[in-house]
Amino acid sequence: MVTIKVYSTPTCPYCRMVKDFLKQNKIEFEDIDVAADVEAAKEMVAKSGQMAVPVLDIDGTIIVGADLRAIKRALNLGG
Amino acid sequence: MYDLIIIGAGPAGITATIYAARKKLNFLVIAKNIGGQAALSADVENYTGYQYITGLELAKKFEEHMKEFKMEVKEGEEVVGVEKIDGTIKVKTDRGAYESKTLIIATGARSRTLDVPGEKEFKNRGVTYCATCDAPLFANMDVAVIGGGNSALDATLQLIKIANKIYLININPSFRGDDVMIEKVEKSDKVVTLYNTKTLEILGDKMVTGIRLEKEGQQKILDVRGVFIEIGYVANSDLVANLVELNRRGEVVVDEHCKTNVPGIFAAGDVSNVPYKQIIVAAGEGAKAALSAYEYLSRLRWPA
Repeated sequence: MVTIKVYSTPTCPYCRMVKDFLKQNKIEFEDIDVAADVEAAKEMVAKSGQMAVPVLDIDGTIIVGADLRAIKRALNLGG
Repeated sequence: MYDLIIIGAGPAGITATIYAARKKLNFLVIAKNIGGQAALSADVENYTGYQYITGLELAKKFEEHMKEFKMEVKEGEEVVGVEKIDGTIKVKTDRGAYESKTLIIATGARSRTLDVPGEKEFKNRGVTYCATCDAPLFANMDVAVIGGGNSALDATLQLIKIANKIYLININPSFRGDDVMIEKVEKSDKVVTLYNTKTLEILGDKMVTGIRLEKEGQQKILDVRGVFIEIGYVANSDLVANLVELNRRGEVVVDEHCKTNVPGIFAAGDVSNVPYKQIIVAAGEGAKAALSAYEYLSRLRWPA
């Protein structure tokens, strides 16, 4: 079972795109709102080396942005 | 062969789909994402029927409305080429090829870049083009917003709630934006506005640390952690640049019926030369383009 963290902000459309994609594929994830949690925001920047949302942490694989293809690859969903 | 292919699903493309569906056209929608730039606006207060709605919510409403109708949508598919051969429009994507009698180009626009040193290097490392997405990451920091129109004012208003100090850097002597927004920005004691000021360089090591500016021949450096670039848009017309006429700004030239210079090819929304890049304008143009395509198809069937 992979653990997935999605670092996002509530207003970010690309974040919604990623979360909708995971929900459609019935993949569970932890939704971390970095707008509400400053520590989580720092953790995200440290992990990704970037200041941009969304960031996905899929068992240590970091994906920045709504890169659905990279997400599919990381989750072996094909495509 | 389809009657119609619509490329893009922002306000223009989505509205075109609704009109095309109600005309029972056999059509296909190809879009990188659904919602387009509309979803990136923070607050929308000028879309008739909504006194206030966020861009994201409005985009969701558009999508819901679109999905009321049965239609074929290729979401996430990227168009790589468009041509017209012997009256048939051929659209090639990264995953397939499709043919149609008519085409609506509704590919919208993307953020214009400053083209200064440091901009590319520090993209997503302090430099951002999406205030709606990334503003919360700059809590209690000093940031700069570059631009002089509504997008820059919108970004500044979002940052007032979040950042410590906001330098609003305008290359012009005044703002061209809505007076309501200008007033709100001027009222805030968090905002320092610099007019007639050019951005020369974005500085940093791992992340952005500052910007170098020039005003009246004098250079100075401001320490900031974030740089929000909001200097307007460039039409996403690269795909059709060799197919239809573009103006000097790279926008697809259309007439009042959304017709391009190529019969059967229409354009709508921010990609076109229609003035005022507004969600409501784009939506209206999408409706016109679909009706215009319908009329064109009717003439193909029953030539006068």
